[in-house]
Amino acid sequence: MPDYSWPAPEKRRVIGRRTNRIDGFVKASGRAKYAYDIKRPGMLYAAVVVCPYAHARIRSIDTSAAEKMKGVAAVHVFDGSAPGTEVLWAGWEIAAVAAETEELARDAARAVKVEYEVLPHFVNEADLSKAKAAGRVKPAGEKVTGDPDQAFKEADVVSEGVYGCPVICHLTWEAHGQVIEWKGDQIEYWPTTQAVSSIGNELAKALGVPPANVHVMQDHMGVGYGSKFSPDRWGIACAKLSKQTGRPVKLFLPRDVEQMIAGNRPSHYARIRLAAKKDGTIIGWESESWSTGGMTGGGAPPIPYVFTNIPNQRLNHTAVQVNAAPQRAWRAPNHPQASYLTCCAMDDLAHKLGMDPLELFKKNADYTARPDVYRWQLDKAAELIGWKKLWHPRGDKTPGPIKRGLGIGVGTWGGAGHLSNCRCNIYPDGTVEVELGSQDLGTGTRTVIAMVAAETLGLPVGAIRVKIGDNRYPFSGTSGGSTTVGGVSSSTRKATMNALEKLFERVAPKLGVKPEELEAVNGQIQVKGDPKKAMAWKAACKLLGTEKISEMGQNDPKNPMGLTTGGVGGVQMADVSVDTETGIIRINRLVVVQDCGLVINPKTAESQCYGAAHLSICAALYEERIMDDITGRMLNPDIEFYKVAGNPDIGEIIVHLDIRPEHDKRGVIGLGEPPVIPGIAAIANAVTNAIGVRVPYVPMTPDRVLAALERRSA
Amino acid sequence: MQAFAYASPTTLKEALALLADRWGVADILAGGTDLLNLLKDHIHTPQRVINIKGIKELGGIRKTDSGLRIGALVTVSELLASPEVRAEYPALIQAAEGIKSVQIRNMGTIGGDLCQRPHCWYFRQGFGLLAMKDGRSLVREGDNRYHAIFGNQGPACFVSASSFGPPLVALNARVKLVSAKGERELPVEKFFVTPQSESEREIALRPDEILTEILVPPAANVRNATYEVRQRETLDWPLVTASVALTMKGTAVASARVVLGHVAPTPWRATEAEKVLAGKGLSAAVIQKAAEAAVTGATPLSRNAYKVQLVRAAVRRALEAARPKA
Ligand SMILES: Cc1cc2nc3c(=O)[nH]c(=O)nc-3n(C[C@H](O)[C@H](O)[C@H](O)COP(=O)(O)OP(=O)(O)OC[C@H]3O[C@@H](n4cnc5c(N)ncnc54)[C@H](O)[C@@H]3O)c2cc1C
Repeated sequence: MPDYSWPAPEKRRVIGRRTNRIDGFVKASGRAKYAYDIKRPGMLYAAVVVCPYAHARIRSIDTSAAEKMKGVAAVHVFDGSAPGTEVLWAGWEIAAVAAETEELARDAARAVKVEYEVLPHFVNEADLSKAKAAGRVKPAGEKVTGDPDQAFKEADVVSEGVYGCPVICHLTWEAHGQVIEWKGDQIEYWPTTQAVSSIGNELAKALGVPPANVHVMQDHMGVGYGSKFSPDRWGIACAKLSKQTGRPVKLFLPRDVEQMIAGNRPSHYARIRLAAKKDGTIIGWESESWSTGGMTGGGAPPIPYVFTNIPNQRLNHTAVQVNAAPQRAWRAPNHPQASYLTCCAMDDLAHKLGMDPLELFKKNADYTARPDVYRWQLDKAAELIGWKKLWHPRGDKTPGPIKRGLGIGVGTWGGAGHLSNCRCNIYPDGTVEVELGSQDLGTGTRTVIAMVAAETLGLPVGAIRVKIGDNRYPFSGTSGGSTTVGGVSSSTRKATMNALEKLFERVAPKLGVKPEELEAVNGQIQVKGDPKKAMAWKAACKLLGTEKISEMGQNDPKNPMGLTTGGVGGVQMADVSVDTETGIIRINRLVVVQDCGLVINPKTAESQCYGAAHLSICAALYEERIMDDITGRMLNPDIEFYKVAGNPDIGEIIVHLDIRPEHDKRGVIGLGEPPVIPGIAAIANAVTNAIGVRVPYVPMTPDRVLAALERRSA
Repeated sequence: MQAFAYASPTTLKEALALLADRWGVADILAGGTDLLNLLKDHIHTPQRVINIKGIKELGGIRKTDSGLRIGALVTVSELLASPEVRAEYPALIQAAEGIKSVQIRNMGTIGGDLCQRPHCWYFRQGFGLLAMKDGRSLVREGDNRYHAIFGNQGPACFVSASSFGPPLVALNARVKLVSAKGERELPVEKFFVTPQSESEREIALRPDEILTEILVPPAANVRNATYEVRQRETLDWPLVTASVALTMKGTAVASARVVLGHVAPTPWRATEAEKVLAGKGLSAAVIQKAAEAAVTGATPLSRNAYKVQLVRAAVRRALEAARPKA
């Protein structure tokens, strides 16, 4: 068995180099095709009918008028929406109509007559007393460790605060949907998914067809953030419409429906008390938290976060049921909220102690799983943001309405590689293919695969043909949990090494050495350390005659062989300015310090951090699902009042990847989620530092900022 | 959207002949940046859509003795590029600059801007302009964070969305409205109205009329400015805006017009602030007093009291921008 371990840093020629995305050109030029771009001959367009009420019983569904409309091919009533069904949220799928054009489909959808018995609803969980009064709470019970009562008695200082972040939506720029062509017993399936290798199996199960008959194809996709693993009810409906009509069908959710039902991140609110010694050592934690993820309620946030070993804890959590579609995994599920709750509480404690929060975070770093890493990262972030020079105790005293402040947030994540299989084909003309049933969510997965193959085979990145996005390629795991890069880099490394070994067997006799004496560098196979005793790549491959090498490699999560591992930490610091006359916050800078093991492509790794920082800014300042108490509807299922940051709103994002040797030697670790965790906390604490008072809830909109300022002056 | 007949006349006369004498039958299409949303969301379901972009006489910016004549079809981009507008009407330029989307600037017209429908989320979700449901005001009892703090005693609580309304009212501009029967002129201030019933509209335009042009009086001696409070630097609706036009006598204000946007169903004259300014120099103290006076009579709803403070800030900053540079 070859030694698969990553080449030593000084030996790497491709890995670790800033490399442009290999699909950058097709994307920038608009040639990249997404599921939405698929147009099959004879394709029908489908539109969905959804329930406008937050809680209702379906009395009757009359599709006859729609069916009679010219150009309508079929109407399908969703499974689980038969008359009598209790609808639990607005946006619930009732029926789908397939027609010759998109416009006709929408018109026909309006012609489907649904009668409802409207039932009472409850949609807002922020006010826990209202949720209790409405009978919508499920206490999760108390969890106690140590002796919190004693700790709070012994404390020199006790601080207390209430913090909260609302439900936000996934707002995937490419909407949820798919094109499906069901021909005979074969299903051709173009989804937009984070799960190329498995989504077809799930669809097959739902439709009762053999999984082998479902062919999944996806070249490019426009993000999922955790909401695109399953075919969903709309995928199944699309397939059934295709079967019913014998034609390909395209069904995508319109933006408003997408916002209502295709994914949201649970809210988290908490009242937190911290007990500490004068020197800043935390000795006790008490929290009462509540959250919603829809009708199932919301799970407890993982608090205290990062500082998990704070002694003497009392945790109470209440799940609140609201009439809204269920939560889905959202990039680092529950971590950004937990980071926000924990870091805000610690920042408030530092204030109460009259301590610099940087010192407080460092002081208590022993409660984290990786004290040295966090201390180093805190210092690094502080250096990059100029903490020593710019930090001041709460409340910027400079004259004028604009107040500036700094704040800290921390995060942690796993990110070990998933199960991934890769096949490497080497052809007699020198062509190299690597095939994986994986997907590139826009993160740069394709490029990373090409880089690993190029490194291993001693070829330029451009010489590698990366074939992903098809479930006929070897099974590779879903892109969730930041597990992709670890999985695909490791399986690609193994497959390409295995293939290379086969090639060495052909070349060795020609060079008069043993295969294990060979190496592949600079486009040739050579005797180790001796570039003169060599054969060019093409000449070597020619030795295959009419054969091709086809070798597999697997990342087995149970035995990653040192190629990939999990467990990362991150620290972010924000520098903000607040206009105290308008309550408007501007991000000056956001510093992102993150470790993530061995970095294959620093450029796309940094891009992940930029994108993540952008999302943190969205959540800290703008994003919020606004539900209407009276109508039970989402008031902003759009991108007009569901606000996200535009490029002018994000300030300068400074990324520092912590790639010190001790991280490098841990192998590859995923980075999709970790950098999206600490930002909200950092920004919230920076705002507090600027204006001298906590804005208790995010997004920190002008109304909330001004209200906080008013409380301060009162 | 509901199917409709489509016409693309090239003369005003043809276009006028296609209009109806009641709302809901025909809709005028200019840039379409608002109308298409209304059609797609079935808020408007006209039988006819009349594209007026082919009518040449509705375009162009011309300087005349009585001021500037801005054709209804002038786009936001054209306005921004106009040296005549830049020279005398910073209040209009600043309002146009606030519309951050290049696409909207290129397609959106000034006529369409004045005639656009409110963006109240209840209205846009089909609950009607006044958003009443089972006798309850959805705005009053629901989420009114973006709604009116002035002029909201009646059933209308939405805010006028027009970016150009406040500066045009401040500049004392007039609109020309033409129908097959004749034409009339109205001060922009009178063009915006507060509907009292669901059958009324928020503008004085009649269903058989086309807004053909806007006439802005000369402003060589009128210091004017617009300040918009927008949460985001990217495309976003203002939370509150203030436009001021100060007719100067030396360094003192002879008379002032202070007009607020996004605070009422119409652009809102802050007459108390105007009184404070009349006859005074623009000292910091006077500006502060005017800003304070501007909020006189505000009646915020359950969730929008913060706009009162935004009015103070916007008025102060608009006045500071209009103040002659020392
Ligand atoms: C993303 C986005 C951002 C926006 N941002 C802003 C903003 O910041 N500020 C702002 O004020 N607006 C904004 N708008 C609203 C609107 O698009 C602009 O105001 C634009 O200028 C409207 O002009 P239009 O020519 O596209 O109007 P249309 O959509 O063509 O028409 C709008 C309405 O006016 C009527 N109408 C148009 N012209 C005439 C006429 N000559 N006579 C009689 N009736 C007429 C139409 O029948 C229709 O009811 C925004 C819209 C979008 C979609």
